[in-house]
Amino acid sequence: MMLFDDPVFASRFLTLLTLSFHIIYATIGVGVPLFIMIAQWIGIKKNDDHYILMARRWARGFVVTVAVGVVTGTIIGLQLSLLWPRFMELAGQIIALPLFMEVFAFFFEAIFLGIYLYTWDRFEDQRKHLLLLIPVAIGALMSAFFITIVNSFMNAPQGFDLINGELVNANPIMAMFNAAMPTKVAHVAVTAYMTVAFLLAAIAAFQLIRGSNHAYHKKALNLTMKVGLIFAIAAAVIGDFSGKYLAEYQPEKLAAAEWHFETEEGAPLVLYGYLDDDNEIKAAIRIPFALSVLAFGDPFAEVIGLEEFLPEESPPLIIHYYFDTMITIGMFMIFLSLLYWIGKTRNWAFIQSTWYRWLIVLGAPLSFLAIQAGWWMAEVGRQPWILRGIMTVEEAATTSDYVGLMSIFFLLLYIILGVGTVVVLRKIFKNNPVENELASTQGGDSK
Amino acid sequence: MTLEIVGMTVLWTFLFGYIIVGAIDFGAGFFNAFSIITKKQHILSNVIQRYLSPVWEVTNVFFVFFFVGIVGFFPQTAYYFGTIFLIPGSIALILLAIRGSYYAFETYGNRGHKGYAFMYGLSGLLIPASLSIVLTIAQGGFVSMENGNPTLDYYALFTSPLSWSIVVLSIIAVLYISAVFLTWYANKTGDEKATGLMRKYALIWALPLIIAASGIIYELRFHNPAFYNQILDLWWMFGLSFLLWIATVLLIWKRKKYGLAVWLLIIQFALAFYGYGISHFPYLLYPELTVYEGFTNQAMAISLIVTFVLGFALLIPSLYLLFRLFLFDKRYVQGKKPKEGDN
Repeated sequence: MMLFDDPVFASRFLTLLTLSFHIIYATIGVGVPLFIMIAQWIGIKKNDDHYILMARRWARGFVVTVAVGVVTGTIIGLQLSLLWPRFMELAGQIIALPLFMEVFAFFFEAIFLGIYLYTWDRFEDQRKHLLLLIPVAIGALMSAFFITIVNSFMNAPQGFDLINGELVNANPIMAMFNAAMPTKVAHVAVTAYMTVAFLLAAIAAFQLIRGSNHAYHKKALNLTMKVGLIFAIAAAVIGDFSGKYLAEYQPEKLAAAEWHFETEEGAPLVLYGYLDDDNEIKAAIRIPFALSVLAFGDPFAEVIGLEEFLPEESPPLIIHYYFDTMITIGMFMIFLSLLYWIGKTRNWAFIQSTWYRWLIVLGAPLSFLAIQAGWWMAEVGRQPWILRGIMTVEEAATTSDYVGLMSIFFLLLYIILGVGTVVVLRKIFKNNPVENELASTQGGDSK
Repeated sequence: MTLEIVGMTVLWTFLFGYIIVGAIDFGAGFFNAFSIITKKQHILSNVIQRYLSPVWEVTNVFFVFFFVGIVGFFPQTAYYFGTIFLIPGSIALILLAIRGSYYAFETYGNRGHKGYAFMYGLSGLLIPASLSIVLTIAQGGFVSMENGNPTLDYYALFTSPLSWSIVVLSIIAVLYISAVFLTWYANKTGDEKATGLMRKYALIWALPLIIAASGIIYELRFHNPAFYNQILDLWWMFGLSFLLWIATVLLIWKRKKYGLAVWLLIIQFALAFYGYGISHFPYLLYPELTVYEGFTNQAMAISLIVTFVLGFALLIPSLYLLFRLFLFDKRYVQGKKPKEGDN
């Protein structure tokens, strides 16, 4: 089996495993603090206990996911060196700075999160308690910012010269502000907020389906769907900029994702479909000129095709499916939340219907799938490179024979952590429904 | 002071920080599990959970700081240690995951699964054991270059008395540091029973600590004479460390000034740890890699140091706030404020 015979394959497998698992928690970790903040802020402003409780309950679930995210983040941090020693040896000289900054950002976040969680009742003035959330949200966002910088450097390395394999003239700041950075960082941040919005919306919708008709859930649904719409639109706009970045700096990734084989002007956008044995595209939808628009904002612009790249330096064509998955879900979520917004303002009845709420529930796993698909496209689409144009994954991987075995252990660990998270979250909230908690806090106010 | 030495000092300090806060955390977990088995849980668990829950993520960050920092300052370590450290590193990560998930699932969720508490306690001993292997490897003699790639000789490593004594020392140190700290903390909470129990543990582990530490120095004489001689040159640091150990034990024995005892203990370990580090200088991995060969470029070194200083300027007040609220706040420490819900 390749997993046990080939350290390169095994290292890729284990990294895929760790990152795909970690990104779930990382997304929640970046997104949720913003929503806790919004809810608590509205709660203070409107003097509405429901929103305060919302902030509390979201925070309570958040801690569990943060704790697991700390664990998986530590794992991927060390695995970078364990699995890709040659890469870290080279990259350490030029891109270690944002990695180092990320630890500070996380440290900052962890300290204030600890304080925030254990001080709900210590402040007379709720606004002071809310202030503690600002460093949490900023720290979380900065963590994502710095880590995504490292990833964008892998796609668009700059800020140094390579002479005879030696890295010289290093400029760590220039390396951080590379061409891929603006679109990538923005896309990661915005999609995290979008995904978390739809995750929280799904929870509220699910409670409503189960028969709770409490205003609390309606308020939560209303808040998250509307904020979700804003971020879903932002994600699409930034996604368009990402396309323009790719066309300019990584045309092979765009071409592979689009199955765009021949260089042409006025290129169509290929959606869905499959490739037959002769690499002919079948059953696809072609939107005329759309690829040229995506790539350059001009329907007649010339888009470079995959034919211009060496086959051994072209990304795998499978990323087309990842791309399709990502944008289909993105569009679906815009549609779904737009419908909610319009339906809400016009009092359409179907907004309250069970089937529509089920769609919202479905939106949560779909959004996470879109995050996964996006990262798979980003990472698989960079193949064969780990550092584009400079080092391949094969050169970077460890030579140790035990990666396959370790992969099995980590797989088991992730299953336990994943199942554990679900079980614990269910336990926390099932035994303590909103109705009970509201009753008890209102009772508490009178004494 | 050259940039290499600044970098190394920063990293060594992070590692020292991790050893102290980590030891408190690991040991507390073990005592917690042990007290469940011996049915003394009611004595300890409150003390331990009040301190550990808000602080554990901070503990973990020290570790991350170290391994991210070392790749930044000494990128070649990623290649050498990354390649040979796969198995012990992965095992340590899995154990750390068990600990982290314990906090996630037990303290924030539902309390009291015994098997889990036991695993959690055990992981606290196994993590230092697996991480300390890196110190053994760094002393050389276990790594050979095959086809240009560093390879670890597991047989030599597992049959070496040196590596086992380092493992034993790391475990004893965890128990001792933790016991001394928790004696002070329990005393602060006003919990006499817990103080007495932790004091007993501290005294039990004091002597084995010194025996294990001396044993390592003795074995180094055969394993790596050059290193051994450098340690002898710094005899005063280790001697002073020994005197502080006596002072700590005396204070604990006489039930006096537990706070001072904790500080003396920290200085004791600092002297031994920095003495060890200085003796190791300039080697990161005997005899393949020194700090001079493995150092990063000037631009990166300077930006890392600047980041470090700025970052610390941000963290020190935040940490101060954290500790003031949870470690030094009398009302919190004594558990007077009623806690709400699952928080």
